[in-house]
Amino acid sequence: MKLTLKIWRQKNANTKGELKTYPIDGIEGDMSFLEMLDVLNEGLINKGEEPVVFDHDCREGICGSCSLQINGEPHGPDRLITTCQLHMRMFKDGDTIVIEPFRATAFPVIKDLVVDRSSFDRIQQAGGFISVNTSGNTIDANAIPVNKHDADESFNAATCIGCGACVAACKNASAMLFTSAKVSQFALLPQGKTEATERVLNMVAQMDKEGFGNCSNTGACEIECPKGISLENIARMNREYLGASIKG
Amino acid sequence: MGILSSSIARKVAMALSGLFLVVFLAQHFTINVISVINPDTFNSWSHFMGTNVLVQGVLQPILIFGVIFHFCMGIFLEIKNNSARKIKYKSYKGDRNSTWASRYMIVTGLVVLAFLGLHFYDFWFHEITYKYLESNPEDPTRYYPELVEKFRSPVRTGIYCVSFVLLMLHLWHGFSSSFQSMGWNNKYSKGLRAFTQVYAIAIPLGFIFIALYLHFNQIH
Repeated sequence: MKLTLKIWRQKNANTKGELKTYPIDGIEGDMSFLEMLDVLNEGLINKGEEPVVFDHDCREGICGSCSLQINGEPHGPDRLITTCQLHMRMFKDGDTIVIEPFRATAFPVIKDLVVDRSSFDRIQQAGGFISVNTSGNTIDANAIPVNKHDADESFNAATCIGCGACVAACKNASAMLFTSAKVSQFALLPQGKTEATERVLNMVAQMDKEGFGNCSNTGACEIECPKGISLENIARMNREYLGASIKG
Repeated sequence: MGILSSSIARKVAMALSGLFLVVFLAQHFTINVISVINPDTFNSWSHFMGTNVLVQGVLQPILIFGVIFHFCMGIFLEIKNNSARKIKYKSYKGDRNSTWASRYMIVTGLVVLAFLGLHFYDFWFHEITYKYLESNPEDPTRYYPELVEKFRSPVRTGIYCVSFVLLMLHLWHGFSSSFQSMGWNNKYSKGLRAFTQVYAIAIPLGFIFIALYLHFNQIH
Protein backbone atom coordinates (compact mmCIF):
# COMPACT_ATOMS: atom_id res chain seq x y z
CA MET A 1 0.00 0.00 0.00
CA LYS A 2 1.21 3.49 -0.88
CA LEU A 3 0.02 6.22 1.42
CA THR A 4 0.47 9.93 2.02
CA LEU A 5 0.78 10.84 5.67
CA LYS A 6 0.12 14.37 6.90
CA ILE A 7 1.54 14.41 10.42
CA TRP A 8 1.51 17.18 13.03
CA ARG A 9 5.09 18.11 13.88
CA GLN A 10 5.80 20.35 16.84
CA LYS A 11 9.21 20.73 18.44
CA ASN A 12 7.93 21.41 21.95
CA ALA A 13 5.09 22.96 23.94
CA ASN A 14 6.31 26.49 23.28
CA THR A 15 6.69 26.35 19.50
CA LYS A 16 4.07 26.43 16.78
CA GLY A 17 3.45 23.17 15.00
CA GLU A 18 2.37 22.33 11.46
CA LEU A 19 1.29 19.41 9.33
CA LYS A 20 4.16 17.85 7.37
CA THR A 21 3.67 15.49 4.46
CA TYR A 22 5.41 12.09 4.31
CA PRO A 23 4.89 9.65 1.46
CA ILE A 24 5.20 6.00 2.57
CA ASP A 25 5.28 2.74 0.63
CA GLY A 26 5.22 -0.98 1.36
CA ILE A 27 2.55 -0.87 4.05
CA GLU A 28 0.69 -4.17 4.57
CA GLY A 29 -2.98 -4.37 5.59
CA ASP A 30 -2.10 -6.66 8.51
CA MET A 31 0.19 -4.05 10.07
CA SER A 32 -1.13 -2.09 13.01
CA PHE A 33 -1.27 1.68 12.70
CA LEU A 34 1.60 2.04 15.16
CA GLU A 35 3.69 -0.47 13.20
CA MET A 36 3.11 1.70 10.15
CA LEU A 37 4.46 4.68 12.14
CA ASP A 38 7.41 2.50 13.22
CA VAL A 39 8.20 1.89 9.54
CA LEU A 40 7.98 5.63 8.87
CA ASN A 41 10.28 6.41 11.79
CA GLU A 42 12.81 3.79 10.72
CA GLY A 43 12.98 5.49 7.33
CA LEU A 44 13.31 8.94 8.92
CA ILE A 45 16.10 7.76 11.25
CA ASN A 46 17.96 6.14 8.32
CA LYS A 47 17.76 9.46 6.48
CA GLY A 48 19.08 11.29 9.54
CA GLU A 49 15.78 13.05 10.24
CA GLU A 50 13.97 13.45 13.54
CA PRO A 51 11.48 10.58 14.04
CA VAL A 52 7.82 11.33 14.75
CA VAL A 53 7.16 11.20 18.50
CA PHE A 54 3.97 9.41 19.55
CA ASP A 55 2.67 7.79 22.75
CA HIS A 56 2.43 3.99 23.01
CA ASP A 57 2.99 1.30 25.60
CA CYS A 58 1.08 -2.00 25.79
CA ARG A 59 0.00 -2.06 22.13
CA GLU A 60 -2.98 -4.26 23.03
CA GLY A 61 -5.66 -1.72 23.93
CA ILE A 62 -5.26 -1.81 27.69
CA CYS A 63 -2.98 1.00 28.82
CA GLY A 64 -4.65 3.99 27.14
CA SER A 65 -1.33 5.49 26.09
CA CYS A 66 -1.85 5.78 22.35
CA SER A 67 -3.73 8.93 21.55
CA LEU A 68 -3.88 9.87 17.91
CA GLN A 69 -6.52 11.83 16.05
CA ILE A 70 -6.59 9.96 12.73
CA ASN A 71 -8.48 11.48 9.81
CA GLY A 72 -10.58 13.58 12.16
CA GLU A 73 -11.44 10.86 14.69
CA PRO A 74 -9.73 9.75 17.89
CA HIS A 75 -8.24 6.27 17.40
CA GLY A 76 -9.21 6.39 13.73
CA PRO A 77 -12.20 5.21 11.72
CA ASP A 78 -12.79 1.84 13.44
CA ARG A 79 -15.00 1.48 16.54
CA LEU A 80 -14.30 0.19 20.09
CA ILE A 81 -10.55 0.05 19.56
CA THR A 82 -7.52 2.10 20.47
CA THR A 83 -5.00 3.37 17.90
CA CYS A 84 -2.70 0.41 18.59
CA GLN A 85 -5.53 -1.98 17.66
CA LEU A 86 -6.27 -0.14 14.41
CA HIS A 87 -5.12 -2.07 11.36
CA MET A 88 -3.97 -0.65 8.07
CA ARG A 89 -6.60 -2.75 6.26
CA MET A 90 -9.01 0.04 7.26
CA PHE A 91 -7.27 2.21 4.64
CA LYS A 92 -6.93 1.95 0.88
CA ASP A 93 -3.92 2.21 -1.40
CA GLY A 94 -3.38 5.87 -2.27
CA ASP A 95 -5.16 7.24 0.80
CA THR A 96 -4.05 10.41 2.55
CA ILE A 97 -4.08 10.05 6.35
CA VAL A 98 -4.07 13.13 8.58
CA ILE A 99 -2.56 12.41 12.01
CA GLU A 100 -2.88 14.98 14.78
CA PRO A 101 -2.50 14.97 18.56
CA PHE A 102 -5.62 14.96 20.77
CA ARG A 103 -6.61 18.63 20.94
CA ALA A 104 -7.71 20.29 24.19
CA THR A 105 -6.41 23.22 26.19
CA ALA A 106 -6.20 20.79 29.13
CA PHE A 107 -4.06 18.41 26.98
CA PRO A 108 -1.12 20.62 25.92
CA VAL A 109 1.17 19.20 23.24
CA ILE A 110 4.54 18.08 24.60
CA LYS A 111 6.08 17.15 21.24
CA ASP A 112 4.64 16.13 17.86
CA LEU A 113 1.76 13.76 18.65
CA VAL A 114 2.35 13.43 22.39
CA VAL A 115 0.07 15.38 24.73
CA ASP A 116 0.18 15.89 28.48
CA ARG A 117 -2.85 14.11 29.94
CA SER A 118 -1.88 14.61 33.58
CA SER A 119 -5.09 16.65 34.01
CA PHE A 120 -6.84 13.25 34.07
CA ASP A 121 -4.51 12.13 36.87
CA ARG A 122 -5.40 15.22 38.89
CA ILE A 123 -9.12 14.56 38.44
CA GLN A 124 -8.55 11.01 39.72
CA GLN A 125 -6.50 12.27 42.64
CA ALA A 126 -9.33 14.65 43.60
CA GLY A 127 -11.60 11.74 44.54
CA GLY A 128 -11.33 8.73 42.24
CA PHE A 129 -10.56 6.31 45.07
CA ILE A 130 -11.97 4.78 48.24
CA SER A 131 -10.22 5.04 51.59
CA VAL A 132 -9.50 1.56 52.93
CA ASN A 133 -7.53 0.60 56.02
CA THR A 134 -4.84 -1.74 54.71
CA SER A 135 -3.09 -2.34 58.04
CA GLY A 136 -3.83 -6.06 58.09
CA ASN A 137 -7.51 -6.28 58.94
CA THR A 138 -8.91 -5.28 55.53
CA ILE A 139 -12.39 -6.68 54.92
CA ASP A 140 -12.66 -8.88 51.84
CA ALA A 141 -14.60 -6.89 49.23
CA ASN A 142 -16.50 -10.06 48.28
CA ALA A 143 -17.94 -10.26 51.82
CA ILE A 144 -20.24 -7.32 51.01
CA PRO A 145 -23.21 -8.37 48.84
CA VAL A 146 -23.54 -6.31 45.65
CA ASN A 147 -26.51 -6.33 43.29
CA LYS A 148 -25.47 -8.06 40.03
CA HIS A 149 -26.72 -5.21 37.83
CA ASP A 150 -24.84 -2.62 39.88
CA ALA A 151 -21.69 -4.75 39.89
CA ASP A 152 -21.84 -5.07 36.09
CA GLU A 153 -22.48 -1.36 35.59
CA SER A 154 -19.64 -0.51 37.94
CA PHE A 155 -17.31 -2.88 36.11
CA ASN A 156 -18.29 -1.38 32.75
CA ALA A 157 -17.49 2.11 34.06
CA ALA A 158 -14.19 0.82 35.46
CA THR A 159 -13.09 -0.38 32.00
CA CYS A 160 -12.32 3.26 31.12
CA ILE A 161 -8.60 3.35 30.32
CA GLY A 162 -8.34 7.14 30.52
CA CYS A 163 -7.02 7.52 26.99
CA GLY A 164 -8.74 10.89 26.44
CA ALA A 165 -10.60 9.95 23.24
CA CYS A 166 -13.80 11.34 24.80
CA VAL A 167 -12.16 14.75 25.19
CA ALA A 168 -10.63 14.54 21.71
CA ALA A 169 -13.95 13.65 20.09
CA CYS A 170 -16.07 16.20 21.93
CA LYS A 171 -16.58 19.45 20.05
CA ASN A 172 -16.24 21.20 23.43
CA ALA A 173 -13.25 19.15 24.66
CA SER A 174 -15.37 18.06 27.62
CA ALA A 175 -14.08 15.42 30.05
CA MET A 176 -17.51 14.49 31.35
CA LEU A 177 -17.41 10.89 30.10
CA PHE A 178 -14.04 10.17 31.71
CA THR A 179 -14.94 11.86 35.00
CA SER A 180 -18.38 10.25 35.10
CA ALA A 181 -16.91 6.78 34.54
CA LYS A 182 -14.54 7.32 37.46
CA VAL A 183 -17.39 8.62 39.64
CA SER A 184 -19.77 5.84 38.59
CA GLN A 185 -17.46 2.91 39.24
CA PHE A 186 -17.59 3.78 42.95
CA ALA A 187 -21.06 5.35 43.14
CA LEU A 188 -22.59 2.00 42.21
CA LEU A 189 -20.81 0.01 44.92
CA PRO A 190 -21.41 -0.01 48.70
CA GLN A 191 -17.68 0.61 49.24
CA GLY A 192 -17.99 3.90 47.37
CA LYS A 193 -21.00 5.28 49.22
CA THR A 194 -19.13 6.63 52.26
CA GLU A 195 -17.15 9.22 50.30
CA ALA A 196 -19.68 9.69 47.48
CA THR A 197 -20.54 13.33 48.29
CA GLU A 198 -16.98 14.63 48.48
CA ARG A 199 -15.91 12.46 45.55
CA VAL A 200 -18.29 13.88 42.97
CA LEU A 201 -17.98 17.48 44.18
CA ASN A 202 -14.17 17.37 44.22
CA MET A 203 -13.77 15.54 40.92
CA VAL A 204 -16.14 17.88 39.07
CA ALA A 205 -14.44 20.91 40.63
CA GLN A 206 -11.04 19.61 39.47
CA MET A 207 -12.42 18.84 36.01
CA ASP A 208 -13.65 22.44 35.70
CA LYS A 209 -10.38 23.79 37.08
CA GLU A 210 -8.41 21.94 34.39
CA GLY A 211 -10.27 23.91 31.69
CA PHE A 212 -12.28 21.17 30.01
CA GLY A 213 -15.44 22.27 28.17
CA ASN A 214 -19.08 21.70 29.04
CA CYS A 215 -21.05 18.66 27.91
CA SER A 216 -23.48 19.32 25.04
CA ASN A 217 -24.77 15.73 25.01
CA THR A 218 -23.76 15.23 21.38
CA GLY A 219 -22.84 11.63 22.22
CA ALA A 220 -19.57 11.80 20.23
CA CYS A 221 -17.59 10.64 23.28
CA GLU A 222 -19.63 7.44 23.65
CA ILE A 223 -19.26 6.61 19.94
CA GLU A 224 -15.50 7.17 19.90
CA CYS A 225 -14.71 5.60 23.28
CA PRO A 226 -12.58 2.48 22.70
CA LYS A 227 -14.21 0.83 25.73
CA GLY A 228 -17.80 1.81 24.94
CA ILE A 229 -18.33 3.81 28.14
CA SER A 230 -22.00 4.81 28.14
CA LEU A 231 -23.57 8.27 28.39
CA GLU A 232 -25.62 6.83 31.27
CA ASN A 233 -22.54 7.47 33.40
CA ILE A 234 -22.76 11.21 32.67
CA ALA A 235 -26.43 11.25 33.71
CA ARG A 236 -25.50 9.32 36.88
CA MET A 237 -22.73 11.80 37.68
CA ASN A 238 -25.13 14.70 37.13
CA ARG A 239 -27.59 13.09 39.57
CA GLU A 240 -24.81 12.41 42.08
CA TYR A 241 -23.58 15.98 41.73
CA LEU A 242 -27.00 17.56 42.19
CA GLY A 243 -27.69 15.35 45.21
CA ALA A 244 -24.29 16.11 46.70
CA SER A 245 -24.74 19.86 46.11
CA ILE A 246 -28.05 19.84 47.97
CA LYS A 247 -26.55 17.79 50.82
CA GLY A 248 -23.56 20.14 50.91
CA MET B 1 -21.17 33.07 39.17
CA GLY B 2 -21.99 31.63 42.61
CA ILE B 3 -24.51 28.82 42.29
CA LEU B 4 -23.67 28.51 38.57
CA SER B 5 -19.94 28.16 39.12
CA SER B 6 -19.77 24.48 38.12
CA SER B 7 -20.16 23.11 34.61
CA ILE B 8 -22.92 20.70 35.71
CA ALA B 9 -24.91 23.44 37.47
CA ARG B 10 -24.71 25.58 34.33
CA LYS B 11 -25.93 22.73 32.17
CA VAL B 12 -28.82 22.04 34.54
CA ALA B 13 -29.75 25.75 34.48
CA MET B 14 -29.61 25.65 30.69
CA ALA B 15 -31.81 22.56 30.66
CA LEU B 16 -34.39 24.00 33.07
CA SER B 17 -34.68 27.30 31.19
CA GLY B 18 -34.97 25.34 27.92
CA LEU B 19 -37.75 23.15 29.33
CA PHE B 20 -39.57 26.24 30.54
CA LEU B 21 -39.43 27.66 27.00
CA VAL B 22 -40.62 24.31 25.58
CA VAL B 23 -43.70 24.48 27.82
CA PHE B 24 -44.30 28.10 26.80
CA LEU B 25 -44.01 27.09 23.13
CA ALA B 26 -46.81 24.52 23.57
CA GLN B 27 -49.03 27.18 25.16
CA HIS B 28 -48.18 29.68 22.37
CA PHE B 29 -48.96 27.05 19.74
CA THR B 30 -52.32 26.22 21.35
CA ILE B 31 -53.45 29.85 21.14
CA ASN B 32 -52.14 30.30 17.60
CA VAL B 33 -53.75 27.16 16.21
CA ILE B 34 -57.09 28.47 17.50
CA SER B 35 -56.70 31.36 15.05
CA VAL B 36 -57.07 28.83 12.24
CA ILE B 37 -59.96 26.95 13.84
CA ASN B 38 -62.02 29.80 15.31
CA PRO B 39 -60.99 33.48 14.94
CA ASP B 40 -63.52 34.63 17.57
CA THR B 41 -62.05 32.30 20.19
CA PHE B 42 -58.58 33.50 19.17
CA ASN B 43 -59.70 37.09 19.74
CA SER B 44 -61.12 36.35 23.18
CA TRP B 45 -58.05 34.31 24.26
CA SER B 46 -55.69 37.02 22.96
CA HIS B 47 -57.71 39.70 24.71
CA PHE B 48 -57.46 37.73 27.96
CA MET B 49 -53.68 37.25 27.56
CA GLY B 50 -53.20 40.92 26.65
CA THR B 51 -55.18 42.37 29.53
CA ASN B 52 -54.90 39.89 32.41
CA VAL B 53 -52.82 41.36 35.23
CA LEU B 54 -51.25 38.01 36.21
CA VAL B 55 -50.23 37.23 32.61
CA GLN B 56 -48.93 40.73 31.87
CA GLY B 57 -47.44 41.55 35.26
CA VAL B 58 -45.99 38.21 36.37
CA LEU B 59 -45.87 35.56 33.63
CA GLN B 60 -44.64 37.85 30.84
CA PRO B 61 -41.63 39.17 32.82
CA ILE B 62 -40.79 35.56 33.81
CA LEU B 63 -40.93 34.55 30.15
CA ILE B 64 -38.71 37.43 29.07
CA PHE B 65 -36.26 36.56 31.84
CA GLY B 66 -36.32 32.89 30.70
CA VAL B 67 -35.50 33.86 27.10
CA ILE B 68 -32.70 36.24 28.12
CA PHE B 69 -31.25 33.76 30.62
CA HIS B 70 -31.28 30.87 28.09
CA PHE B 71 -29.62 33.09 25.48
CA CYS B 72 -26.96 34.54 27.81
CA MET B 73 -26.13 31.13 29.27
CA GLY B 74 -25.87 29.67 25.76
CA ILE B 75 -23.39 32.36 24.72
CA PHE B 76 -21.43 31.97 27.96
CA LEU B 77 -21.18 28.18 27.52
CA GLU B 78 -20.13 28.62 23.88
CA ILE B 79 -17.29 30.96 24.90
CA LYS B 80 -16.17 28.52 27.63
CA ASN B 81 -16.32 25.61 25.20
CA ASN B 82 -14.31 27.43 22.56
CA SER B 83 -11.60 28.22 25.09
CA ALA B 84 -11.41 24.51 25.99
CA ARG B 85 -9.87 23.87 22.54
CA LYS B 86 -7.95 26.94 21.50
CA ILE B 87 -6.04 25.14 18.74
CA LYS B 88 -8.55 23.50 16.41
CA TYR B 89 -8.13 20.28 14.46
CA LYS B 90 -7.06 20.47 10.82
CA SER B 91 -9.28 17.47 10.21
CA TYR B 92 -12.41 16.92 12.31
CA LYS B 93 -15.19 14.52 11.34
CA GLY B 94 -17.98 15.43 13.72
CA ASP B 95 -20.56 13.94 11.37
CA ARG B 96 -19.11 10.47 12.07
CA ASN B 97 -20.13 10.52 15.71
CA SER B 98 -22.88 13.11 16.29
CA THR B 99 -25.85 14.79 14.64
CA TRP B 100 -25.66 18.17 12.93
CA ALA B 101 -28.36 19.50 15.26
CA SER B 102 -26.35 18.58 18.36
CA ARG B 103 -23.16 20.22 17.09
CA TYR B 104 -24.71 23.46 15.89
CA MET B 105 -27.07 24.37 18.75
CA ILE B 106 -25.43 27.80 18.94
CA VAL B 107 -26.14 28.45 15.24
CA THR B 108 -29.79 27.33 15.38
CA GLY B 109 -30.17 29.15 18.70
CA LEU B 110 -28.84 32.43 17.28
CA VAL B 111 -31.15 32.20 14.25
CA VAL B 112 -34.11 31.60 16.57
CA LEU B 113 -32.97 34.58 18.65
CA ALA B 114 -32.80 36.79 15.54
CA PHE B 115 -36.28 35.58 14.66
CA LEU B 116 -37.46 36.49 18.17
CA GLY B 117 -36.24 40.05 17.48
CA LEU B 118 -38.51 40.22 14.43
CA HIS B 119 -41.33 38.50 16.31
CA PHE B 120 -41.12 40.97 19.19
CA TYR B 121 -41.03 43.86 16.70
CA ASP B 122 -44.11 42.49 14.96
CA PHE B 123 -46.27 41.73 17.95
CA TRP B 124 -44.86 42.79 21.32
CA PHE B 125 -43.69 46.29 20.35
CA HIS B 126 -46.92 46.71 18.43
CA GLU B 127 -48.89 45.82 21.59
CA ILE B 128 -46.87 48.20 23.76
CA THR B 129 -47.33 51.02 21.22
CA TYR B 130 -51.05 50.33 20.79
CA LYS B 131 -51.84 50.07 24.48
CA TYR B 132 -49.43 52.36 26.26
CA LEU B 133 -47.84 54.85 23.83
CA GLU B 134 -50.87 55.63 21.68
CA SER B 135 -53.34 54.80 24.49
CA ASN B 136 -55.87 53.36 22.04
CA PRO B 137 -59.16 52.08 23.47
CA GLU B 138 -59.15 48.31 23.99
CA ASP B 139 -60.84 46.47 21.12
CA PRO B 140 -61.35 42.71 21.77
CA THR B 141 -61.93 42.03 18.05
CA ARG B 142 -58.68 43.53 16.72
CA TYR B 143 -56.35 40.56 17.33
CA TYR B 144 -57.26 38.24 14.45
CA PRO B 145 -57.24 40.96 11.73
CA GLU B 146 -53.89 42.23 13.03
CA LEU B 147 -52.47 38.70 13.01
CA VAL B 148 -53.62 38.02 9.46
CA GLU B 149 -52.24 41.36 8.29
CA LYS B 150 -48.80 40.48 9.62
CA PHE B 151 -48.67 37.48 7.31
CA ARG B 152 -49.66 39.38 4.16
CA SER B 153 -46.00 39.80 3.18
CA PRO B 154 -44.56 36.67 1.50
CA VAL B 155 -41.06 37.70 2.66
CA ARG B 156 -42.10 37.89 6.32
CA THR B 157 -44.02 34.61 6.01
CA GLY B 158 -40.94 33.02 4.44
CA ILE B 159 -38.67 34.29 7.22
CA TYR B 160 -41.07 32.88 9.81
CA CYS B 161 -41.14 29.47 8.06
CA VAL B 162 -37.34 29.23 7.76
CA SER B 163 -36.98 30.22 11.43
CA PHE B 164 -39.38 27.47 12.42
CA VAL B 165 -37.23 24.91 10.58
CA LEU B 166 -34.22 26.10 12.59
CA LEU B 167 -36.34 25.93 15.75
CA MET B 168 -37.15 22.34 14.81
CA LEU B 169 -33.44 21.47 14.67
CA HIS B 170 -32.82 23.28 17.97
CA LEU B 171 -35.62 21.37 19.69
CA TRP B 172 -34.61 18.05 18.07
CA HIS B 173 -31.45 17.98 20.16
CA GLY B 174 -32.18 20.41 22.97
CA PHE B 175 -35.43 18.97 24.30
CA SER B 176 -34.18 15.42 24.86
CA SER B 177 -30.71 16.63 25.84
CA SER B 178 -32.17 18.64 28.73
CA PHE B 179 -33.25 15.43 30.49
CA GLN B 180 -29.76 13.94 30.17
CA SER B 181 -28.30 17.16 31.65
CA MET B 182 -30.58 16.79 34.65
CA GLY B 183 -29.47 13.20 35.18
CA TRP B 184 -32.45 11.47 33.58
CA ASN B 185 -31.17 8.47 31.61
CA ASN B 186 -32.99 5.22 32.33
CA LYS B 187 -35.31 2.60 30.81
CA TYR B 188 -37.90 5.31 30.00
CA SER B 189 -35.41 7.50 28.14
CA LYS B 190 -36.03 5.86 24.76
CA GLY B 191 -39.77 6.60 24.98
CA LEU B 192 -39.10 10.10 26.27
CA ARG B 193 -36.69 10.74 23.40
CA ALA B 194 -39.33 9.63 20.90
CA PHE B 195 -41.83 12.03 22.49
CA THR B 196 -39.36 14.94 22.38
CA GLN B 197 -38.60 14.26 18.72
CA VAL B 198 -42.29 14.13 17.80
CA TYR B 199 -42.73 17.43 19.67
CA ALA B 200 -39.67 18.93 17.93
CA ILE B 201 -41.18 18.20 14.52
CA ALA B 202 -44.89 18.69 15.21
CA ILE B 203 -44.84 22.09 16.93
CA PRO B 204 -42.63 23.95 14.39
CA LEU B 205 -44.50 22.27 11.50
CA GLY B 206 -47.73 23.45 13.13
CA PHE B 207 -46.40 27.00 13.30
CA ILE B 208 -45.36 26.79 9.62
CA PHE B 209 -48.86 25.60 8.73
CA ILE B 210 -50.43 28.50 10.67
CA ALA B 211 -48.14 31.07 8.99
CA LEU B 212 -48.93 29.72 5.51
CA TYR B 213 -52.65 29.42 6.28
CA LEU B 214 -52.83 33.06 7.39
CA HIS B 215 -50.77 34.18 4.38
CA PHE B 216 -53.11 32.47 1.94
CA ASN B 217 -56.31 33.41 3.78
CA GLN B 218 -56.08 37.18 3.96
CA ILE B 219 -59.11 39.27 4.96
CA HIS B 220 -60.14 41.34 1.94
